[in-house]
Amino acid sequence: MTEITRENKDQTPVIFLRPAKGWLGLDLRELWRYRELIFFLTWRDIKVRYKQAILGVSWALLQPLLTVLIFTMIFGILLKTPSQNLPYPLFALSALLPWQLFATALQRSSVSLVGNANLITKIYFPRLAIPLSTVFAALVDFLVSFLVLLGVMIYYRHWPSLNNLWLLPIILLALLTALAVGLWLSALNVQYRDVQHMVPFIIQVWMYASPIVYPIDIIPAGPWRLLYGLNPMVGVIQGFRWALLGTEPPDMTMLISAGVVLILLVSGLYYFRRMEKTFADIV
Amino acid sequence: MPEPVIRLENISKQYRIGMLQERPDTLRDVLTTSVKRAGRLFTRRSTGRDDSPSYIWALKDISFEVERGQVLGIVGRNGAGKSTLLKILSRVTDPTLGFGEIRGRVGSLLEVGTGFHPELSGRENIYLNGAILGMRREEIDRKFDEIVEFSEVAKFIDTPVKRFSSGMYLRLAFAVAAHLEPEILVVDEVLAVGDAEFQRKCLGKMSDVAQEGRAVLFVSHNMSAILRLTQETIVLDQGKMVMRAPTPDAVDHYLNMGLTKQGERYWDQDPYILHGADFVPVALRVLNPAGEVVDTVNAAEGFSIELVYQLTKEISGLRVGIYMMTTRGEFVFTSFDTDDARLYDRYVNRGPGRYISRCEIPPDLMNEGRYILGVNASTYRIQRYFQDDKALTFTVDATGAPGTQWPEPRLGPVRPKLAWKIGKVER
Repeated sequence: MTEITRENKDQTPVIFLRPAKGWLGLDLRELWRYRELIFFLTWRDIKVRYKQAILGVSWALLQPLLTVLIFTMIFGILLKTPSQNLPYPLFALSALLPWQLFATALQRSSVSLVGNANLITKIYFPRLAIPLSTVFAALVDFLVSFLVLLGVMIYYRHWPSLNNLWLLPIILLALLTALAVGLWLSALNVQYRDVQHMVPFIIQVWMYASPIVYPIDIIPAGPWRLLYGLNPMVGVIQGFRWALLGTEPPDMTMLISAGVVLILLVSGLYYFRRMEKTFADIV
Repeated sequence: MPEPVIRLENISKQYRIGMLQERPDTLRDVLTTSVKRAGRLFTRRSTGRDDSPSYIWALKDISFEVERGQVLGIVGRNGAGKSTLLKILSRVTDPTLGFGEIRGRVGSLLEVGTGFHPELSGRENIYLNGAILGMRREEIDRKFDEIVEFSEVAKFIDTPVKRFSSGMYLRLAFAVAAHLEPEILVVDEVLAVGDAEFQRKCLGKMSDVAQEGRAVLFVSHNMSAILRLTQETIVLDQGKMVMRAPTPDAVDHYLNMGLTKQGERYWDQDPYILHGADFVPVALRVLNPAGEVVDTVNAAEGFSIELVYQLTKEISGLRVGIYMMTTRGEFVFTSFDTDDARLYDRYVNRGPGRYISRCEIPPDLMNEGRYILGVNASTYRIQRYFQDDKALTFTVDATGAPGTQWPEPRLGPVRPKLAWKIGKVER
């Protein structure tokens, strides 16, 4: 275990080296001291992702656009999926954006520790900085692709309203969900590389278990809907559509979703902090 | 008495055997072992730290202190625990047992260029690497020009580092690390890389750090660098600290560790020797005039040094020679078997076979003391076949040497018998 305390007399931080023991609490102060590192890691992720790509950052625009095109053709036009009285492209895109935010953040954070093994085995910093920075990088992508959504909204004459402010807590919930699951998976992946093979599959199943291509109404209300709400992305997507487009407001499912995220996050942090001490030895 | 910047008390680190080398477990392994473990639960309570053969202590009970401004050398063979110790000091990994206290930032040159991203430019990597090493952004801004100047890659600063030559890459990486200004600097084998000029710069930076009152831990296999840069050195062997002493004594102890016989060195067990190579060293010996292998020779009697080696194919222009060095790292002389032009002509082509090159060290040449012998086999400016800078150490006893009627130490590594003439100048 390591910790830093500041001495009053000469301002030199004293670092203690001790054997790792159990739950150490979340050292937010230390994490804050390393905020610039988190910033630079995020910046590196974004920079590197679009380097040597001819289309560069426009990939963040093209990806949701092309996906929505396919969804509209298959689910909107061919299968005539109901879309809560919204034009299907707008209906799908308003779910696809928070979903892609979540999926990108989850995918990248789950392999982040192994991908940064060279850092972990050589230099000390709070290990949380790594999954955190991948989640932040996904947020930047999200903000870029949000422009597509704005364009589509204007095309269908949906004007922004004050209700849109609810988007902020809902985006936060999506990020926390990704972080919570990402903490679990990234720490597990350090020891068991099976995880990185499972992640794409998990994401695929999870997508169909979330109301992206279909509306939440097709799940019967009552106990089934509550069970469905155990998937935190249900609350996120339902809330996102409501805050942006004024569909039916979130109900109990939102609370259940938030509760699940909280449990996942706290347990994920616990597991991560407990395993953190051994990352350098086993990664 | 000032407080030490590093204080370690019984620091120990245990690893499971295979933990470092093997691929990480897969879930299948875990399932099988947990079944086994469940069976074992009833027979024995397992603890995290046990002394069963599947665990090894990479470090055991390491205790020492380092003061401000001190340069401490750390020597030990591969696997002695040097890297583990540095990892614990730089907080990369935690000790299994023990306690330590560090006052100030630890800057590590453990692996320069950690976190460099090949796609990013030199400029971008300076910021990224700086942040990873623990520098504030404002600090990097302030030192940016200095870093670029030190690295000598100013022209390419906006080029992705993947297009850098390895030398440029290294210089840039070192430049960032060298400007970290930590209270404690950990240096591990950086001297093995880069050209001579750059190495000189690195060494200069290191002594600056020490002179500014910060502590330096210097790990190296290069004994002459250790001797030049440190006053005190600790010797690690199999995870234990076997010695902490003034550097010459520690180096001497290290060099003699595990030698089969005093005064003799065999390379056949040495993992670094390629047995199929053109030149294979076999043995190096120090012999007294009676031809016996000895650890201590007498300066007044003279002695000889012989090197046995095997050539697997013909080499032209080969020269096999020795370096003599004091334990303080000063060279006494260098000599090759074909320095004599006649011998060179005779042995200009040496065919396959076993050879002995032996040289006589004349009486009344060496001063008393402990010396290090290095070996070199090369062709001038073409190829170096073999080099071992610290092949063997031996002692020279000065009994009977010039001037021993006065029992005082004489300065200098040589103690030649010179022909003095004394005359009275009449006026």
